[in-house]
Amino acid sequence: MNQTQIIGKASLSFNKPAYISNYASVVGQLEGQGPLGKLFDCVEKDPMFGGTTWEEAESFLQNQTLRTLFKKSSLKPTDIRYIFAGDLLGQLIASTFGIINYNMPFFGLYGACSTMGESLALASMTIAGGFADKTIAMASSHFASAEKTFRFPLGYGCQRKQCATWTVTGCGAVALDSKEGIAKITGITPGKMVDFGVKESDNMGACMAPAAADTILTHLTDFNLNANYYDKIITGDLGYVGQTILINLLKQNKIDISANHMDCGIEIFDNANQGTGSGGSGCGCSASTLCSMILKNIENKVWKRVLFVPTGALLNPISFNEGKSIPGIAHAVVIEEV
Amino acid sequence: MNNQEYAKYVKEVTPAKSLWLNMLKAFVIGGIICTIAQFILNYLISMDFSKEDAAGILNIILIGFAVIFTGLGYYSKLGNFAGAGTLVPITGFANSIASATIEYKKEGYVFGVGCKIFTIAGPVILYGIVSSWFAGLIYYIVNYVI
Repeated sequence: MNQTQIIGKASLSFNKPAYISNYASVVGQLEGQGPLGKLFDCVEKDPMFGGTTWEEAESFLQNQTLRTLFKKSSLKPTDIRYIFAGDLLGQLIASTFGIINYNMPFFGLYGACSTMGESLALASMTIAGGFADKTIAMASSHFASAEKTFRFPLGYGCQRKQCATWTVTGCGAVALDSKEGIAKITGITPGKMVDFGVKESDNMGACMAPAAADTILTHLTDFNLNANYYDKIITGDLGYVGQTILINLLKQNKIDISANHMDCGIEIFDNANQGTGSGGSGCGCSASTLCSMILKNIENKVWKRVLFVPTGALLNPISFNEGKSIPGIAHAVVIEEV
Repeated sequence: MNNQEYAKYVKEVTPAKSLWLNMLKAFVIGGIICTIAQFILNYLISMDFSKEDAAGILNIILIGFAVIFTGLGYYSKLGNFAGAGTLVPITGFANSIASATIEYKKEGYVFGVGCKIFTIAGPVILYGIVSSWFAGLIYYIVNYVI
C-alpha cells in the first residue's frame, strides 16, 4: 500500500478513489411523509415490512433495500466482494437475517448510529487499498425494534422529553466500485470515542456533539482545510440540541460551520407537524438521508463535495442502568462529484 | 471544557417541557379518568351493589378499558400527552402490563410473556408490597405496642 495515503493524525486520502456506483433507500411511512419523502426509492406502508416481529421487520427492511439496490443497478449479489453492514439490535440480528440469503461475504459492524460512516469508511478503504472491486455499505434502524431494545414496549404510555430524538425506520445501501460511478469517496477520518460524562440517554445530541466536533476538527487539521471547502458538512443525528452544541464547540476552536452545517436528523422529519422531538436518529437516519437527498444532490451537481459525518451514541440498556456514561463517536467520509 | 462545565452548558441549551404545563395536563387528564371512575362507582352503588363489590367491579372496568386502549395504540399517545395523569391511576398499571404482554408475546408464552410481563410493573409490585409491610408494622406498633 502506498504510504502517502496516510495523512495527519487519523485520516486517509485515497490515491485512487472508491466510486459510488449506485445507492438505494427504503423507509417507513412517517419518514415518507416527512420533508424528504419523495426522494426515497421506496416508502413502505406496512411497519412490519411483511414480517411477524419487529426484529424480523428490520431484517426484511434491509433485505428490501438490497433488492432495490440490485434492481436499480446491473449488479448481482455474486459481483459483490464484501458487504459491510450493521444495525442497532443485539448482536446485529437485523443485518444477519437481512443479508443471509444473498450469500455475500459479510462484515458485521456496530457503531451505534454512526454505522453508515463506519461501513462506508471500511468499504471504501477496501476498494482504495485494492482488496476488492465491488463492495456494499449498508445500515438500518427501525423505530419499534429500537424502542423495544432501548426504551419501553411500544404501547407503554410515558412521556418523551423534548430533547429526545425519534428513531428513523429506514435503511440505506451504497454500492462501491473501483472503476466508475456517480460520486466518489476520496478520503476518510475515522473518529475516536469522546466522553464528556453525559448520562442522559434521551439527550443523545449532547452525548454525540463533542465526538462530531472532534472528528470534524481532526479532519480539517489533517487535510489542512477550511470548513467552507465543503458545500455541506452533514452530521448524522445530532438533532436541534446537538447541532447547537456542535456549532458552539467548533466556534471555540475558531471554526465556523454555521453556514454549511446540515444534520440528517433535522432534515428527515418536520418536528412541528410530525411531533418527532429533537430530530431523527438511528443508523437508518444518516443512511437513508445519504441514499436519497445527499447522493442525489451530488449526482445532480448541486453540491460539489460534502463531508458526511454520521454520529453514534455508544450505550446499551445495561450500561445505562449500571450508571455508565454515554460516549459519542463520529466518522467522517469525503464524498465528491465525479 | 471539563465534564462539569459541559454538563452545565448542555443544561443551558437543552429545552425542557414546562413543569407547570405538564402538571396541568396531568391534573386535567388524570382528573377526567378519576371523575369517570367516580361516576361509574356511584352508578354501581345506586344499582344496589355493596361499596366493596362496586369498587371491585369498577377496577375490572377500568383495567379492561385501559388494556383495550393499549391494544388499539391510544394509551401510549394519551400517556405522552398526560404524563402522570395516565400513569398514576390503576389504568396506568394495567397499561404497563398489557403493553409488555403485547410486545413480548412473540418471544413465546414462557420466556416472552412469562418472564417479561412485569418488566415495567415489577418495581411497583415489589416496592408496593415492601412499603405496605412497613405500613403494617407501623400500624401494629401504634395499635398494640404503644
